[in-house]
Amino acid sequence: MTLNYYLVLAALLFTIGAVGVLVRRNAIVVFMCIELMLNAVNLTLITFARSTGTVDGQIIALFVMVVAAAEVVIGLAIIMSIYRTRRSASVDDANLLKY
Amino acid sequence: MSDFPWLVAMIAVPAVGAAVVAALLKGRELLAKQLALAVSLVVLALAVLATVAFDRGGDRFQLTTSVSWIPDFGVDFALGVDGIALVMLLLIGVLVPLVVGASWEDPAPEGRSMRVFFAWLLLLEAMMVGVFAATDVFLFYVFFEAMLVPMYFLIGSFGGPRRQYAAVKFFLYSLVGGLVMLAAVIGLYVVSSSQLGEGTFAFDALRQLEIDPGVQKLLFLGFFVAFAIKAPLVPFHTWLPDSGAEAPIGGAVLLVGVLDKVGTFGFLRYCLPLFPDASRDFAPWILGLAVAGILYAALLAMGQSDMKRLVSYTSISHFGFIALGIFAFTTEAGTGAVLYMVNHGLATGLLFLVVGMLIARGGSRQIGDYGGVAAQAPKLAGAFLVAGLASLALPGTNSFVSEFLVLIGSYPSRPVFTVVATLGIILAALYILLMYQRTMHGPPRGVLMAAPDEAPGALGGGSTAVLTAPAPAPSRLRVADLSGRELVVVAPLVALIIVLGVYPQPLLDLIEPAVTATLSDLGAPR
Amino acid sequence: METMSAEGLLSWSWLLVALPLAGAAVLLLGGRRTDRWGHLLGTATVAAAFVLAVLCTVQLAGLDERRADVDLFTFISSGDLDVRAGLLLDPLSLTFALLITGVGSLIHVYSIGYMAHDAGRRRFFAYLNLFVAAMLLLVLGNSFVALYVGWEGVGLASYLLIAFWYTRPAAATAAKKAFIMNRVGDVGLALAIFVMFAQLGTTSYAGVFAAVGTLAGGTVTALGLLLLLGACGKSGQFPLHAWLPDAMEGPTPVSALIHAATMVTAGVYLIARSAPIYDETPTARAVVLAVGAVTLLIGAIAGCAFDDIKKVLAYSTVSQIGYMFLAVGLGPAGYVAGLAHLLAHGFFKAGLFLGAGSVMHAMDDSVDMRRFGGLWRRLPVTFVTFGLGYLALIGFPFLSGYFTKDAIIEAALDRDDAWGWVLGGVAVLGAGLTAFYMTRLMLMTFFGRPRWEDGVHPHESPSVMTVPMVVLAVGSVGAGFLLVRAFPLADWLEPVFGEEHEAEHVVAPLTVGLVVTGVMLLGVLAAWLFVGRREVPVLAPVRVSPVTRAARNALYADTVNESLLMRPGQWLTRALVWLDNRGVDGAVNGLAATLGGSSSRLGRAQTGFVRTYALGMLGGAVLVAGALLAVTAG
Repeated sequence: MTLNYYLVLAALLFTIGAVGVLVRRNAIVVFMCIELMLNAVNLTLITFARSTGTVDGQIIALFVMVVAAAEVVIGLAIIMSIYRTRRSASVDDANLLKY
Repeated sequence: MSDFPWLVAMIAVPAVGAAVVAALLKGRELLAKQLALAVSLVVLALAVLATVAFDRGGDRFQLTTSVSWIPDFGVDFALGVDGIALVMLLLIGVLVPLVVGASWEDPAPEGRSMRVFFAWLLLLEAMMVGVFAATDVFLFYVFFEAMLVPMYFLIGSFGGPRRQYAAVKFFLYSLVGGLVMLAAVIGLYVVSSSQLGEGTFAFDALRQLEIDPGVQKLLFLGFFVAFAIKAPLVPFHTWLPDSGAEAPIGGAVLLVGVLDKVGTFGFLRYCLPLFPDASRDFAPWILGLAVAGILYAALLAMGQSDMKRLVSYTSISHFGFIALGIFAFTTEAGTGAVLYMVNHGLATGLLFLVVGMLIARGGSRQIGDYGGVAAQAPKLAGAFLVAGLASLALPGTNSFVSEFLVLIGSYPSRPVFTVVATLGIILAALYILLMYQRTMHGPPRGVLMAAPDEAPGALGGGSTAVLTAPAPAPSRLRVADLSGRELVVVAPLVALIIVLGVYPQPLLDLIEPAVTATLSDLGAPR
Repeated sequence: METMSAEGLLSWSWLLVALPLAGAAVLLLGGRRTDRWGHLLGTATVAAAFVLAVLCTVQLAGLDERRADVDLFTFISSGDLDVRAGLLLDPLSLTFALLITGVGSLIHVYSIGYMAHDAGRRRFFAYLNLFVAAMLLLVLGNSFVALYVGWEGVGLASYLLIAFWYTRPAAATAAKKAFIMNRVGDVGLALAIFVMFAQLGTTSYAGVFAAVGTLAGGTVTALGLLLLLGACGKSGQFPLHAWLPDAMEGPTPVSALIHAATMVTAGVYLIARSAPIYDETPTARAVVLAVGAVTLLIGAIAGCAFDDIKKVLAYSTVSQIGYMFLAVGLGPAGYVAGLAHLLAHGFFKAGLFLGAGSVMHAMDDSVDMRRFGGLWRRLPVTFVTFGLGYLALIGFPFLSGYFTKDAIIEAALDRDDAWGWVLGGVAVLGAGLTAFYMTRLMLMTFFGRPRWEDGVHPHESPSVMTVPMVVLAVGSVGAGFLLVRAFPLADWLEPVFGEEHEAEHVVAPLTVGLVVTGVMLLGVLAAWLFVGRREVPVLAPVRVSPVTRAARNALYADTVNESLLMRPGQWLTRALVWLDNRGVDGAVNGLAATLGGSSSRLGRAQTGFVRTYALGMLGGAVLVAGALLAVTAG
């Protein structure tokens, strides 16, 4: 089944993204990894939409892209302001949520 | 006249009064006091008039008001009183004005205002009236929990050095009990909706339920734990000595005099009629707790060096007598227990007030810091003695009647428990007289002594002062006797203690029908 | 037992209690305003009560049944319990009322002089009035509950009076001790009332006595023993006698009132009043006898050793009340004898105490007899009145004690069994000891060389004090003859105890009289040999026999109480306080601490690193996915 290739690819992308979120310190890279995970999910959605012949998956993928775009705007703004106050884009330097 | 919503007025007047007092501008302390006194006197007048309007031979619940409150869950704002609740309302009406008078000249702690104190006091009064007057179990629960808030602030803001600890302890203890009770209240609702087809919280409907014995036991325990903490019965008692000791005197009087009675009131109003089988099953255990508590708390009272803690422990001992009377399931003992609730409020209220007046003079709560006060302050000593004698249930004081009724009523059905409880009267004499002797009798000494005039040679005398013992400096006790205001506060209680000790029948006539009705719900032999 | 309700004057008999009570209330509430005339009011109320009691007695004597009920109001009524406040007037209660108000009035008059220089005189008279009122309620009440109210009222009044000089720690402690030992007895009385209500449904004398025959034997015995416990507490009988000598810390008129007219006679009254109960239970009656006999000896032995004049008289009271218990324990044969002794004792013991007060007054409030001596010259009136009281107490022929004590010994011997001989022997031995310690007291106080401390100038007391002493001395001389021979008490009390039947005397009364008199003279002689013949040392000898040492310690009653009850009680209290603070409250606080500690430890997991949270989320997601897989696959 060709379906499997797409799904495996999506899983790989998702894993790369997840590991990136966990191990990278640069906030920008972490951000890009999150995008990678979102797109991996999009790929899965499209794949299933294609295989079942419905449009639900494609609609949700479009939603995800819109939300992701909005998220990028807010996220980058936060990163910028953190960078301005802390002179660093490393996520480890921003631990204000500590107990 | 009986159409007038007495009970609503008795809740609304102090609640509105509290809001007005709280809203007063800063610095209007005197006006706040005067308002608080006026409001509390109005409540007393309402309570007396409500008693007049109450028909002794009439229905069980009278002066009823009922408004639908949360129709989706069948919750009504339903008020009504039987004889038991009515005498408690009278007790509240009597005690609150006296507490206002007693707190009249108390200094506010740093950064606080007595205006706020009186506002909380009035709010507490409203909540206390509500809790005794509610005939809807959910409404009762609401008042039961809401009552904690003013008391928490009275202790936490205006109390002694360890007030924070005491307030939090009081709050948490009560809250734990309250939440367990909430579960039981919801359980009752579920049972009622499955039996009646429609859920209700109305007391009169709930007591018609036939609850499965196993479920009864669980629900009973839910209510019992809340009330046993509130009352408090040993071993749920350790919050009371802390709260009683740290609370301001006015708060302590209402805490021990009225608030704790909600526990014993709850046993009688909710535990017995709603869960008759469970009540009978658990009665021996509860009686055991009660009797053990009488002796245990009395012995502990003897071991206290802090007067307010001592009085708190005596109350725990007395609550044992009340619980004994309630769970003996006889008319005499039940009537005695309810009368005990009133009498204990008056007697211990007076004891707390007098102890507070002594503490206000000496600035110390330790018994060992006083001695020989009677010589200088005979009126204070006299009031102390009357309060103490009422506390040890001497005949001629009101407490004797109730203690005697509880014991003589319990003896036929529970002889062993009663005999053991009777030993408590020896211990009562011990703890009261020990405290009285140490503070009032003996040679003058302690914190109230005037600074001794400097004996010549005592200072700067060097070695000679050691060799030739200086003549003992003329030491005198300097303590003011009761002021006019204090006399006005103390006199009504002394009078009530003696009048109710000689002629208690009017109260008994009010109480007995309600107790009989409660016991008939229980289905006990008598 | 149908009785007619009171009419005429008798229906006003509640004033007997109300008058002194009102006096006490006025004096206590009136404050300093009443200082000037308070003592007069106090005396007047009791005197008025005495007059009323006499009038009531005359009226009652005219009634056929010699019994009247005065119903006042409902005291406590609930369920099956119905206690009415009411008075019962019969020969027994009125006899006591006469004694209480009569001797009480004399003591009041005496106190006017005795307390003249005390700043708290008004308070003193208020308490005295309260005492008399409570005691009258005790004897006049028509139910056991009314008796109990008076019973505890007497306890309160005695507490207040013993602690009258409360700045002295000894007085305050003695008062507390008296109250608490009384309370132990009160528990007995209270339990007896509970049993009556549980078994008979009533607490009134009429109801209880009418139905007591229907009770099981064990129950009646329990009732009898519980009542006895109460009586022991109030009357200072073994094992609850230790408070009575300590009660001497109060002013001397109080001792006279407690010992002669009121309080200690209450126990005898209770047992006499409960005669119908004791008639049903020989066991309890035997215990009463034993208590009486043991106390009689304890009191007499301890009385021989003390140098404190008031303590000797106190132990003498303990011993004499023992006689009365012995008498009422004998049953119908002894009731009248016991009461006659009680009345005669009321006279001479009150006289003796007032005399002792007069001596103390003269000796700057000293009570140490080793510092007295030769006072008969300086205090002639006191000496004569005290001497007559002394002769009456030791049973000198034809004075009060002779008639009444002999009657008790005769009644004991009339039992005609081994017990009778033992009890009679104990009573005769007691008479000898009484003669010994009282003669010792007389010799040390009034005879011999003066051993006064420097600066003491004995002087006779004012007439306001001596007149009551003279009146009581006359009573001491004549009361016995009047009560036993001239105006037989037995006839007067017949409606209460039933007709007296002349018993077959085992030993002829004349023989008894001779033997007792002989033993009494032996006691006097012994006292003269030990005390009168030689110089009395000013300080008590230290090297004495163990018997003397035991007697000086009052046979170690206080030691036993302390080591058996007080100390363990204190330890228990301390242990419980520790348990409550550390154990019960510790558990609560421990729970709070555990919760608080674990929450702060859990808080550490919040590192603040985004990666940690992300890992947590991922781990959670994996877990959920795994769980889903497991569920769908399984």
